[in-house]
Amino acid sequence: KSTLVVAEHNNETLNPLTLNTITAAKKIGGDVTVLVAGTKCGPASEAVAKVEGVTKVLVAENAAFKGFTAESLTPLVLAAQSQFKFTHILAGASAFGKNVLPRIAAKLDVSPISEIIDVKSEDTFVRTIYAGNAILTLKSKDPVKVITVRGTNFPPAATSGGNGAVEQAPAGDYASSLTEFVSQELTKSDRPELTGAKVIISGGRGLKSGDNFKLLYDLADKFGAAVGASRAAVDAGFVPNDLQIGQTGKIVAPDLYIAVGISGAIQHLAGMKDSKTIVAINKDPEAPIFQVADIGLVADLFKAVPELTGKL
Amino acid sequence: MARVLVGVKRVIDYAVKVRVKPEKNGVVTQGVKHSMNPFDEIAVEEAVKLKEKKLAGEIIAVSVGPAQSQEVIRTALAMGADRGVHVEVSAAEYDLLQPVHVSKILAKLALDEKADLVILGKQAIDDDANQTAQMTAAVLDWPQGTFCNKVEKTDAGLTIVREIDGGLETIKTKIPAVLSADLRLNTPRYATLPNIMKAKKKPLKKVTPKDLGVDTSPRIEIISVEDPPVRQAGAAVADVDALVAKLKAGGHI
Repeated sequence: KSTLVVAEHNNETLNPLTLNTITAAKKIGGDVTVLVAGTKCGPASEAVAKVEGVTKVLVAENAAFKGFTAESLTPLVLAAQSQFKFTHILAGASAFGKNVLPRIAAKLDVSPISEIIDVKSEDTFVRTIYAGNAILTLKSKDPVKVITVRGTNFPPAATSGGNGAVEQAPAGDYASSLTEFVSQELTKSDRPELTGAKVIISGGRGLKSGDNFKLLYDLADKFGAAVGASRAAVDAGFVPNDLQIGQTGKIVAPDLYIAVGISGAIQHLAGMKDSKTIVAINKDPEAPIFQVADIGLVADLFKAVPELTGKL
Repeated sequence: MARVLVGVKRVIDYAVKVRVKPEKNGVVTQGVKHSMNPFDEIAVEEAVKLKEKKLAGEIIAVSVGPAQSQEVIRTALAMGADRGVHVEVSAAEYDLLQPVHVSKILAKLALDEKADLVILGKQAIDDDANQTAQMTAAVLDWPQGTFCNKVEKTDAGLTIVREIDGGLETIKTKIPAVLSADLRLNTPRYATLPNIMKAKKKPLKKVTPKDLGVDTSPRIEIISVEDPPVRQAGAAVADVDALVAKLKAGGHI
């Protein structure tokens, strides 16, 4: 057994999700090789080499990997695969991993396994279906398993203690004429990333407007928390989609999740019900969010949230 | 662009509370309301918009699945697609059909129908796989514009704004291409009654994976389908002071 983990990074730093993915790779067993492909990704590859449990780091620096497009990364991974014959190819279940890994799987003619939450054995994996309303355990019949990993279900690997051997990935002409990366417009924020935050304050349609999310930002400041939203709040145009928590947004599992003005639609619960402690503030006592909340407060959020912020 | 292929999947309606079968090998689908996968509605809407802007000539709606899949093809036709292709698989075969199979079917149809663009939903809300568009693009060796927030036709091809984890990203792709629709790409229209009536007369062709030369041998074995662990509802608190006390007791503040 040997696993290739496709690292997610911005050339400088490693996305923490890669550490969770390395843990999943270790659970499968065998050697763990991490591929770091970028334009000037020296710092990211040095960080990977130190991660506990990493056997080898394959580094590929090439202008072709600007924007980390699936069209340029796929031939690189295929070249590495034909050289090293990995039994498993993994990446985190982020926008990056979900974009790239199915393209690789199709080229290998295997059926990829999306967003696993557990590893039962080298060929048997657990994942959620129907927005988390059912848990599927499946056995893959394919010779190579191509898998994305849900970060919240695997603890991060330690960022020190490892001593991976750094090697060059197979060289090649990876530039693709199909796609050109133009730009990224990232939401600027001093707050923690949603998927890594210890505390999340999340708002729904009950907030009534985007401006009213200020109430949540004020509360979040007290906790050093991230701010998220339900799909209803995104649909209503209150906040951008990158704040969306749920089946079709981000999956989170913080220590504390405070749901404000969120009714608790199935697809929202799918994204947050693994949080350690859930607090719900909603004026409707019948809201389904109260069925999963550890602490429920039936109240008008426009009074309760400022009062809570004031008392912390 | 002459032709757009859109994929539509029949899934359990998003508002239905899904129940696991007592045999633990799947979920209850009998007697349960089904509808078009919500992201596929967005894909159809985008194709219809392209046609309204005269950027697309013909829209072909494709569904892979058992006989009932024709319902969602009719819905797509009522929304503005011109004709349908139903790729029929038996219910038993459908249980183990994966995006690896569907992508080959869609790729073959895209070539046979000389499509310039394939638009799919980013994810179906039953298996939550989020794979089919990426895999269809790979089979065809076409560019993939996944999680589309905005799509613009230019002289050189397409300019696409994509939803990514930290915000948005802009890419340019050549045509032909495969796109996957994200939530904010558009707001799908409702099919009006006259259009539903008209849709009944639009052509719908039936083929099988075998006709298309696609092998649908299972790639996975289902070991079990189970209920998720139940989360116990906790305590209600009377006011903000009681909430603060609970948060303190829990070590959160």
